Amino acid sequence: MSPTLESIIITVLLSAIPLVFILLYALVTLYLEMKVAAHMQDRVAYMRTGWHGVLQPFADILKLLQKEDTIPAAADRFLFILAPYIVFVGTYAAFAIIPFTNIYIGSNIHLGVFFLIGVSSLVVIGILMGGWASNNKWSIFGAIRSAAQMVSYEIPTALSVLIAVMITGSLNLQEITQFQEGGIQNWVLFGGPLPLSTKLMLLPFTFITFLILFTASLAEVNRTPFDLPEAESELVQGFNTEYSGMRFAMFYLAEYANMFVVSAVAVTLFLGGWSSPFGDFMSGPVWGAFWLIGKAMVFVFLQIWIRWTLPRLRVDQLMYTSWKVLTPFLFVCLFAVGLILVL
Amino acid sequence: MTAVATYFGNIFRSLYTVAVGMRITFKHLFVPAVTLQYPDVKLKMPERARNRLYVNIDDCIGCDQCSLACPVDCISIETIKSTADQDLGVTSTGHKKRLHVPKFDIDIGKCCYCGLCVYPCPTECIVMTDVYEFAEFDRHNLLYKFSRMTEGEIGEAETKLKKAEEEAAAKKAAAAAAAAAQPKPEPPKAP
Repeated sequence: MSPTLESIIITVLLSAIPLVFILLYALVTLYLEMKVAAHMQDRVAYMRTGWHGVLQPFADILKLLQKEDTIPAAADRFLFILAPYIVFVGTYAAFAIIPFTNIYIGSNIHLGVFFLIGVSSLVVIGILMGGWASNNKWSIFGAIRSAAQMVSYEIPTALSVLIAVMITGSLNLQEITQFQEGGIQNWVLFGGPLPLSTKLMLLPFTFITFLILFTASLAEVNRTPFDLPEAESELVQGFNTEYSGMRFAMFYLAEYANMFVVSAVAVTLFLGGWSSPFGDFMSGPVWGAFWLIGKAMVFVFLQIWIRWTLPRLRVDQLMYTSWKVLTPFLFVCLFAVGLILVL
Repeated sequence: MTAVATYFGNIFRSLYTVAVGMRITFKHLFVPAVTLQYPDVKLKMPERARNRLYVNIDDCIGCDQCSLACPVDCISIETIKSTADQDLGVTSTGHKKRLHVPKFDIDIGKCCYCGLCVYPCPTECIVMTDVYEFAEFDRHNLLYKFSRMTEGEIGEAETKLKKAEEEAAAKKAAAAAAAAAQPKPEPPKAP
């Protein structure tokens, strides 16, 4: 069947839904981040732009839009301009496989999670490209750190995803979610809809795996305590030092969108995605979107919460955590889960 | 401790301390903010706060003591003596006013808020207030003029003083002339 004009238009419109979502979500999260940060330090944050400063994110974006777009004279122009788009494309492509509800998924491919892991590596390339093209030693340091960190943490992420995939028996996130339908007890975090004895045996391992997935995803999206690529103190902000205006905003937007992606994927893999925690109650296409976004936003909040609690790790501690703690623990979990499932 | 115990101990402690820290920050999420919305809500200044200077010119006797006390010379005062036929009244503290004060300028831009001018004032007419919002776009606006005498009044006071002085000088000259005209009293006899 050759694509008609209508089908192309429909596809474009459908694929633009996450973009609209990202923009709205970024506004909310920008506001949430500042407000949570302030209140955790007994401050009040924005108060003067609209009611309790609700218009501040719009003001921030407007400011970034009208800012001069400077490119350093010694920068590699082509790569410099390309980098933010690569980062954003990498993030946006990940939205394609997130099932927002039971009737909407950007691309219902069989290798969903595999595609996600592959495509999120594009972000590393974008960051490295930005750092390199800036022709600034601090930027390249930031980019190298970022690359080292993201590549290292790709392994724990991939392994914990693998454990969820072993339990659900599918790489397709839509199928993974359908597998967990029917209430809170069917979530992979609680062993999935398996016999009770198997579930009880799986329980400790799925909990550890989920914890590690969350930790590793923090590092994947460069959030505190793993925000080494954006060290203001020693790297002058890191890989995006030389960026300004809209290009800087693209990096920012990608970071915030990434926060949602990792949260949504963690939720889909372990916490039932769009399925309602009360079985058939409050389930349906619209409720599905509500549950997925709601659950993911809880984890976005958790990321913000952690950011304003913990200080940054040192580089060697970062590598230690990934290679000597998370990865061995996941291998044990992987082995144990495999054994339990075979039994 | 063996290496294994250290390893697991570290993992446990890191998780535990994260939980402790997150509990604290979560609690603070609900603690009322200490921020004061400044232009809307203002902190009351302490009773003896030293801010903008104010001069109650009605009480000033032109003694110049504040100007002498000022370490940065930001106060400049000029005075004109009053003549006998003028009554400038008394201050609220009961001091008799003998001098016109045509100029009482304080350059608040120079002021160092030491408060040394306040203590010597015999009539307590120069005081530190709790007003602290007096930024200006033009530096010249920081020169505060407290005297209320108009040009005309100053001129009048000056001419009066000049006249009085001339009269006094004439009187003196006359008296001196009179004294010179009178024969000298005989020197007392030696005992």
